[in-house]
Amino acid sequence: MTTDLEQFPVSMRFLHWLTAAMVLTILGIGVAMVASLADYHQLVSIHRPLGFLILVLVVIRFVNRQFSTMPAFPATVSSGERFIAHASEMLLYTLLFVQPLVGWGMLSAARYPIVLYGPLHLFPILPHSVMLYAALRKAHTVLAYLLFFTFIAHFGAVLFHTLILRDRLFSRMAPYRVPAR
Amino acid sequence: MPTDATPSTDQPAPLSVPGTLARLAGIGVVLLFVVGGFLYLGGWFSPHELTPARFVNGFQKVFGIHSGFRRNHAKGMCVAGYFDSNGQAARWSKADVFRPGRVSVIGRFSLPGGNPYVADTPASVRGLGLAFRPQNGEEWRTAMIDLPVFVVNTPQAFYDQLLASKPDPATGKPDPEKMKAFLAGHPETVRALTIIKAQPFSSGFENATYNSLNAFRFISASGTSTPVRWSVVPFDPFKPAEPSQPATQDRNYLFDALIARIQSGPVRWHLIVTAGQPGDPTDDATIPWPEDREHVDAGTLTLDQVEAEAPGNCRDVNFDPLVLPVGIAPSDDPLLSARSAVYSQSFTRRAGEKKEPSAITPSDVRK
Ligand code: HEM
Ligand code: HEM
Repeated sequence: MTTDLEQFPVSMRFLHWLTAAMVLTILGIGVAMVASLADYHQLVSIHRPLGFLILVLVVIRFVNRQFSTMPAFPATVSSGERFIAHASEMLLYTLLFVQPLVGWGMLSAARYPIVLYGPLHLFPILPHSVMLYAALRKAHTVLAYLLFFTFIAHFGAVLFHTLILRDRLFSRMAPYRVPAR
Repeated sequence: MPTDATPSTDQPAPLSVPGTLARLAGIGVVLLFVVGGFLYLGGWFSPHELTPARFVNGFQKVFGIHSGFRRNHAKGMCVAGYFDSNGQAARWSKADVFRPGRVSVIGRFSLPGGNPYVADTPASVRGLGLAFRPQNGEEWRTAMIDLPVFVVNTPQAFYDQLLASKPDPATGKPDPEKMKAFLAGHPETVRALTIIKAQPFSSGFENATYNSLNAFRFISASGTSTPVRWSVVPFDPFKPAEPSQPATQDRNYLFDALIARIQSGPVRWHLIVTAGQPGDPTDDATIPWPEDREHVDAGTLTLDQVEAEAPGNCRDVNFDPLVLPVGIAPSDDPLLSARSAVYSQSFTRRAGEKKEPSAITPSDVRK
């Protein structure tokens, strides 16, 4: 009965990989669309609803996390590392929450209609102000790069633990069930 | 097994030093690959490809940077009014704006080019940006000009023509050799210029016809897609422009005449929607559609208010031609996505800059 306690609960693992796939996709779409003339419109039309879905998902994830029992860290993860891991997780949650709000806010400040899909659109959350738009548009770029580098650090740390220390850190979040040894 | 620290007996045998190094190198390669993939998507490995940022740099190279102003169609003035739809276009498009009724509209009249203080001339091309704002939160934005066809049919050609028209610092005029070379490679532009020259310019903003030029698609309630182009056709009678520069010293004489016209009473246009037949090009704005194509008069555009550019009015709106309501969709014209991308880049740059007064000032507009 305790054999798979080493892993995160199924709901957390599911939400983790769903968010990961969506965030990597939206980052890719984001950098590609601002460099493209031919695909700009198509990509930005996917970017907006995908970003909004991430906002919804991150709220669900955060709530779900409060109600879940998380597995303890392996002994190979030092207390310093635990602090860094925890801090980087909180940073990721914060970025994933703030970034879509900045996207939504900047389009509000620019007075664009914020179309998600068909007739479905978001109401403006900020007054029309181009100076505000300019600041938020810049923040959206900075936060996207910060998100990307946090992801690289997170991914690198997991690879290091799993391949060098071989402490099965990856198994804790693996999308499949891993029996305890 | 306890949930905390995994017993050390579960630890695999330690790696050899070369094994550790090989794995570290492997991790490095994976991370580089991910970073490289994103740089690739962001166009970092294709420095010669035309991007929205490079396009706007092109405008800045030719016209300089005028803080706070649009990189193209920089000189302009705001108007407002309403559109009375008669319901005629509803059979082609389910868009809210085409149901019978009134929708509020804001607009901006402009002259092309990146110089916000350029002098009006009889042969100035005139631009009109409109934003239709129905109650349901949707918007329909369109930016039109008073030419019968556009001069290029690809974004690259627009860019090449833009740079070919850059004034030579020595003469203050574009290098005729460069323009000749451009035209030699663009027979479609030569044909378009012939069509444009055959049609006289109108005397003012108020009696000009403004055309979408790019094709779009109207989507009906039953899902049928119809290729369309639209125009606003003035109620005011057409009067050809005087061929020579008017004797006036007024650098804004076109704008000033429009201000006087609006202050004497509302100015009206018919919104004419033309449907293309199979075979009519939807991806080439240099080619006119045949004269006999079916069209409807969708209603009347009335502009009855005029204002100088100011915070929060048309100055701070991006008349992106792909801000469309349900019922209007882009065609396969490659100019459309490019316009959307470049307008966004121009808007973002000017939004954050210090704003200088426009050529048309509040005192010009005061009665
Ligand atoms: C986690 C969520 C999101 C991520 C990771 C993300 C990421 C990005 C990235 C990487 C860019 C390109 C930035 C640049 O290079 O300058 C971008 C641009 C943009 N994003 Fe997002 N974004 C997110 C959510 C949103 C949302 C919710 C919206 C709107 C509702 C939005 C609207 C935009 C727009 C309009 C642009 C710029 C288009 C332009 O400048 O022409 N984003 N985003
Ligand atoms: C690839 C082709 C084109 C490029 C790169 C381009 C570029 C631009 C740019 C950079 C702006 C300023 C946007 C802003 O800061 O808000 C602008 C405005 C404008 N363009 Fe274009 N344009 C193109 C094609 C066209 C066509 C085909 C038309 C007419 C049918 C047109 C009509 C206008 C008008 C009327 C404005 C002024 C809108 C306003 O008042 O805000 N453009 N264009």
